[in-house]
Amino acid sequence: MLNTSDIGKVFPSVTAAVEIGRLRFFAKAIGENNPIYTDEAAAKDAGYESLPLPPSFFFSLKMDVPNPFENYEKVGASLAKILHANQAFVYHQSVIAGDSLTFDSHIADIYHKKAGALEFLVEKTKVSNQRGQHVADMTTTLVVRN
Amino acid sequence: MIGFDEVQVGDELPVLHTKMISRTTLALFAGASGDHNPMHIDIDFAKKAGMNDVFAHGMLSVAYLGRLLTGWVAQNAIKKIDVRFTSITQLFAEITCSAIVKEKFERDGSKLVLLLIDAKDQNGDIKISGSAEIALN
Repeated sequence: MLNTSDIGKVFPSVTAAVEIGRLRFFAKAIGENNPIYTDEAAAKDAGYESLPLPPSFFFSLKMDVPNPFENYEKVGASLAKILHANQAFVYHQSVIAGDSLTFDSHIADIYHKKAGALEFLVEKTKVSNQRGQHVADMTTTLVVRN
Repeated sequence: MIGFDEVQVGDELPVLHTKMISRTTLALFAGASGDHNPMHIDIDFAKKAGMNDVFAHGMLSVAYLGRLLTGWVAQNAIKKIDVRFTSITQLFAEITCSAIVKEKFERDGSKLVLLLIDAKDQNGDIKISGSAEIALN
């Protein structure tokens, strides 16, 4: 069970490097054939200094820690019961391979539906680059099926 | 890249068809995305949790929606993506991504296009639906 007293709880920040090999692997895994996502020369021709970070990959880098689900499990959302309900990204600046991103997350809301059969956890994350620039925001809503 | 004036409300983006989601797809996506949740790659774990089989990562179809958008405009034109996962995407699903222009507007001096986006399986069942904001000149 989740506890509304955890609203506002701040999770440890995560810093992750945007690695070119990882971006190529991600492109392969999602069937992305546009060469700007795999070939640096093509990315440069398109005006990027290196491979751009694909729109949804912020979510992946945030999980670049030994146990990415630990934060949720600690507040009572076990892995076998959670589903992704909503995901939002707001983009402020481009991110490319070679950048380093820091993810600062907190629990923005916890609420219940169907007399507690469904519990929702809303996590908001601010993403900054190695120059301290605010590059993106993410909002993740998980549902716990009790 | 397409210009703001070339886009009209009601326009549809070129549809993106993706390959059938196999166990290999999920294994690769688990590794590449960093989402190692065993629900997506380990049938024994999935069964213990009451599922019949593993099922696809929701974020895989979000990545497909990302491909739909970056196939239409440059990546840095995408300002916002906001999606809801409406149902589980089963193994062997074939996802099709589509988008339609809902609105054109200006905000803080930027010309923006609001798209309604969705990902459906081969039966036409909506798996993900939501919106995206694209800045065009």
